[in-house]
Order: sequence, then structure tokens, then C-alpha cells
Amino acid sequence: MTEPLLSVQDLRTYFRTSAGVARAVDGVSFEIAPNESVGVVGESGCGKSVTSLSLLRLIQRPGSIEPGSKIAFEGTDLLALDDEAMRKIRGNRIAMIFQEPMTALNPVFTVGAQLAEVPRVHSSIGKRDAWARAVEMLGTVGIPDPAERAKSYPHQLSGGMRQRVMIGMALMLSPSLLIADEPTTALDVTIQAQILELLADLRARTAMSVLLITHDLGVVAESTSRVIVMYAGEIVEQADVRELFAKPHHPYTEGLMAAMPRAGTKRERLTVIPGAVPSPYDWPAGCRFHARCPYAWERCEREHPPLYQIGAGHVSRCHLAVEPERRNTPHVPLAAQIGARA
Amino acid sequence: MRRLLARRLLQGLAVVWLVGTLTFTLLHLAPGDAFSYHDRHIPADVIERWRHIYCLDRPLVAQYGCYLRSMASGNLGYSISQQRPVLDILIDYVPRTIELMFFSLLLSFVAGIGLGVLEARHRGGFPDWGSRAIALFFYSMPDFWLALMLVLLFAYWVPILPISGMEDVINGPSFSGWQRLVDHARHLVLPVISLVLLTCAAIARFQRAAMLDVMRMEFVVTARAKGVSENVISRHHVLRNALLPIITVAGLTLPSLLGGAVLVELVFSWPGMGYITAAAIGNRDYALVMASVLVSSVLVVLGNVAADLLYALADPRVRAA
Ligand SMILES: Nc1ncnc2c1ncn2[C@@H]1O[C@H](COP(=O)(O)OP(=O)(O)O)[C@@H](O)[C@H]1O
Ligand code: SF4
Ligand SMILES: [Mg+2]
Repeated sequence: MTEPLLSVQDLRTYFRTSAGVARAVDGVSFEIAPNESVGVVGESGCGKSVTSLSLLRLIQRPGSIEPGSKIAFEGTDLLALDDEAMRKIRGNRIAMIFQEPMTALNPVFTVGAQLAEVPRVHSSIGKRDAWARAVEMLGTVGIPDPAERAKSYPHQLSGGMRQRVMIGMALMLSPSLLIADEPTTALDVTIQAQILELLADLRARTAMSVLLITHDLGVVAESTSRVIVMYAGEIVEQADVRELFAKPHHPYTEGLMAAMPRAGTKRERLTVIPGAVPSPYDWPAGCRFHARCPYAWERCEREHPPLYQIGAGHVSRCHLAVEPERRNTPHVPLAAQIGARA
Repeated sequence: MRRLLARRLLQGLAVVWLVGTLTFTLLHLAPGDAFSYHDRHIPADVIERWRHIYCLDRPLVAQYGCYLRSMASGNLGYSISQQRPVLDILIDYVPRTIELMFFSLLLSFVAGIGLGVLEARHRGGFPDWGSRAIALFFYSMPDFWLALMLVLLFAYWVPILPISGMEDVINGPSFSGWQRLVDHARHLVLPVISLVLLTCAAIARFQRAAMLDVMRMEFVVTARAKGVSENVISRHHVLRNALLPIITVAGLTLPSLLGGAVLVELVFSWPGMGYITAAAIGNRDYALVMASVLVSSVLVVLGNVAADLLYALADPRVRAA
């Protein structure tokens, strides 16, 4: 097995607010290999964005990464670096793109200037050279007439073009890891496919790794090789993408799959997981999914499940791993009962 | 862009007309006129003739008609108290007020923006609350009081700056061109400082709030993710965006700055509009009061139009529209 590019161990990111402590990311461990593409899925509020921001140490007050967390990148302990050394990694070795390129780009600067800024903050390259590289990169990410387009402001571009600009900006210095936080969520379906294709293409050409965060399992199925399912600040299942789709183990993963709009099935009502993600200020005891789970039994309310090994590279945080017969007796989840009564 | 300009100027014209009419009405409704406190030795029929010449013996509406007619022919009127055409007086005094306002506005923006950026950058820390406390102290001080304290300070305790007028009355006439300029600049210092102290607190406050607003925006996270340092983020990415609302504030500050200028000019005997307007009001010198009110409102309107244009130039999203 090759040395992992990124290794995260027991990452905890808490927000200490007047309302209490929000344990948004609560003990997450995973690895990414060089040139690998890993997906992170989960409903909104599961801690995906906080996880990705934590990797770049971009968590602002009142949030903080708790002692005991470990992030190793290319052999460096990121949490031990001083601010200046960490700054030199951002945008350079690890880059990040965001969901809404309109708000993620600065409205008062041209896109060319925003791309050119990346090499300028990381090296002593001249203004003119940086601009030339920006224009070249805009061409690489598929923007027509890049020399002219570089002079545009973000509001003058379409959503898809803006996301291409974001991707170009992230790739200016050929990072070895690209974190993409819901890069296609704000785009319509055809543009979404084009952006995913572009990302896959660039990954193939540059040998970088991609951490693709999304709430859409469909996106993960198309463009990643391994999937991490997050729920309530934890990883609840992790597997090779084919294995996961063929043999999902965690009831939450099953729920996400049932909620996927399938090609070919017309206008069928989507099954949704009853209830909502609980509050990070007060995670439920036992299994954090138990109120929404159709298999939950007494043990689930009492005992917090560990990550059970299901198969090769396949783990699941569910007691069904040790009591598989419980799967034969599904019932209406607690959250649905409450919902029905309300 | 040109349409915007035309519309703003038209609106401005309406505002100036409204202000002028309102002032005219109020002035003339108040009891008495320029001849109410005349010399007792002037015969009553002479006074009546003067009243007739100046249109003061007619009903209000007719007086307004007289006034509009004279304005339309480009005649701003004759100042009864100063015995000179109003236009000549304006030519003498308006540039001095503009000079005072220009330097005050410039300095209070530089200082206010600088303070606001500093405060936002160190939010909650010593530079933040320290500078806000001092700013609040000056902001809540009555303007004439602040000006008087400055006079006290520089006339009595540390007499290093002139406290009145705009040139040295004793040695002035013998100064060379260069010396005259330095002397003039020294006379500007205290009036400008008073006005800056009075206005820059509000600007710093706006700037701080604007910076904090912008700092919450997503592109700031993007900039951090690119490896841009916090200093460059606040000076470049945040400030450029946070200056936009401040441009509008500049236009809105003009009226209060003008109001402050009147008092400051009085305290420091700065021979500007405020200085003569105060005297003109006391003398019921209608033509001069009207002219100075009109000039002030034109200044305010032009200032706001300039602010709108600047805003449009500074914000690419408006520029394109
Ligand atoms: N600045 C913050 N202060 C308090 N709580 C926060 C903050 N940022 C995120 N959180 C909490 O962390 C949890 C996870 O958020 P996030 O990572 O954005 O979810 P996801 O990206 O999976 O939708 C949410 O419950 C959110 O309320
Ligand atoms: S541990 Fe229990 S409640 Fe949790 S997912 Fe598994 S079966 Fe459901
Ligand atoms: Mg998110």
C-alpha cells in the first residue's frame, strides 16, 4: 500500500458558542491516496463543510480544532505548523473550491486578477507573467476566448463559467489535493455534468487527488472511487464506490440511496428519510441515527456503535454488523411516528 | 451612466428649488425685514421707498414672484447689510468654505477609513475599543465646545497655531508668496482639525461596520483558501468592497459637515460662507441668506451626485448597468 497523501485521525471541530458546544465534526478519520478521488456524502448539516475547512485550518472563531486531532499531509503535521507555514500550503499544495462561485469570487476584481493572485502570493512572479498564466489556465478549464474573458468581472459570467474560474484558480499551482465542497450543487444538471467531467479530466492529467463533497450520491457514483458517508459529525460508512452501491450496509446509506432520483423511473415520489439531522449541540446518545432508523432496537439507543469492519475496505457504524437478523424486522422509525402525530 | 447622471442632476435641481422656496417662505414669514431696525433719523417715507424698491411691501406670493424674476435674469440680488451685489460676496467667500470643507472631508475620510479598518482588523481588542472610545468622546462633544477647547488649548496653553482668521494680519502683507502659503496653511489647521474630529468618528464607525460585513462574505474564505495573508485580505479584498458603502456616506456627510463648518468658521473667524451667513441672518439680509442657502444646497446636491458617480465607477456591477 502506498503512503497516503492525506491522513486524518480523530478530527474534532467544535464551536463553543453561548448556546453551548456544537460538536460539528466529532472524531473523523480517513485517508486519501495520491491521485485518488474520494467522495464525502451526507445530508446538509452533517459536518461535511466543517470537515473540509478544518483540513485547511480555515475554521474561524468560535470554532476550533480540538487537541488530539491529527491531520498529516505529504508527511507534514498540518496542525503543528505556524500560521505562515500553513498559509503557504493553502492554494498551493491543497486548494479548495466552493458551492456558490458567485459569492466565492470577489465581485470587484476581474477573474484574471483573481487567478493571477494565486502565484503572486506564493512566489515572486511578476504581474505580467502571473496574468499570462491566468489566461492560460482559463483556457485549460475550457473558457472560450480566455484573454478577453480574463478581463471580465464575476457577474459577467454564467454560473458554469464562474465554477470553471474557481477550478482554474484552485489549480494555478498544481496542488496535490483539491477539496471541492459541493462544486455542482448550485448548477443545473447539464452544466453539473460538464463540471464533473472537467474535474475528472484534470485529475487524470495532473495526478492530483480530489476530495469531492456532495449531498448527492449520484455525483459520487459518477466521479469517485471511494465514498465516505457522514452523519451527525461522524463517518458512518466507508467503502469502495462499487461495493457501496452494490452492498450498502448502514441504514442511513440505504436511506440516501432510496432518496436518489433514478434514471428511467419517471416522476416517482422520492422516498425521504423521515426526520432531520439532530443538533450538533446535543447529539443523541447511542447511535445518532436511531430516531430515524427503521431497524433501531434497544441497543441502538444505549450503545454508540463503533466502525465495524464489513469487508475489505468497507466499514459501517451500525450494530446490524453484529446482529444482522434485526434487518428482517423493520418498523416505522421513531421520527416518522412523531411526525405522524404532529 | 449618462442617463443616471442626467436623472440625478434633475432631481438635484428639484431639491435646490424646494429648499430655496422653503427658506424663502420661512424667512419672509418671520416678523421684520432688513429695514426694521433702521436708523431713527431716516424719514419714514424713505424707508417705505426702499421697501418698495426691494419688493418688501408686497404680499408674500408677489415677493416670491419678484425673487424668481430676478433669479431668472441671473441676478442674485443686492446685499443690504454689506452694500454689495450678492454675487461679489459669494465670489469672495464661497471658495474659502469649499477649501475648508475639502481638506476636512479629505482628512476625515482618510482618518475615518484608516481607523475603521484598524478597528475591524482588531475587533474586540485594544485598538478597537480604544479608538472607538476616543471617537465617541469627540463625536458626542458639542461642535462649538470642541472648537472653543481647541482655541483655549492653542491660544493659551500651547500657543503654536493661529486661532483666528486666515492670514497673519500684522506680518502678512510683507510675506513672500511661499511664506504666505505656509501662513495660510497654519491658519487652516485648527478649523480643519475641529471638523475632522467631529466627523471622522461617524465615518470610522461606518467603515468598521462595512468591513465586518464584508469579512463575513464567502470570497474572504476563498482568499484565505488561496493562501492570501490576513493583512492583504483586509487591505485589498475586504477594503475594496467595504469602501463602496462609504462613498455614499461621503455624500451624506456633506450637510452635517456644512453645518459644522458654520460654527467652526464663527469660532475661528474663518471668513467663509458660514461666517457671513450668520451675520446675514441677524441683519435680515434676505438676498444674502437666500444665496448662501442655495449655494449650500447646490454643494450638497453636487456632492451626492459625485458620490453616485464614484460609486458607479468603483463597483463593476453598477458600472455595467
Ligand atoms: N460558525 C459556526 N458556528 C456554530 N456552528 C456552526 C458554525 N459553522 C458550522 N456550524 C455547525 O456545524 C454543523 C455542520 O455544518 P456543515 O459542515 O456546514 O454541514 P454540511 O456541509 O454537511 O451541510 C451544522 O450543524 C452547523 O450548524
Ligand atoms: S446502529 Fe441501530 S439505529 Fe443505528 S443505524 Fe444501525 S440499526 Fe439503525
Ligand atoms: Mg456544506
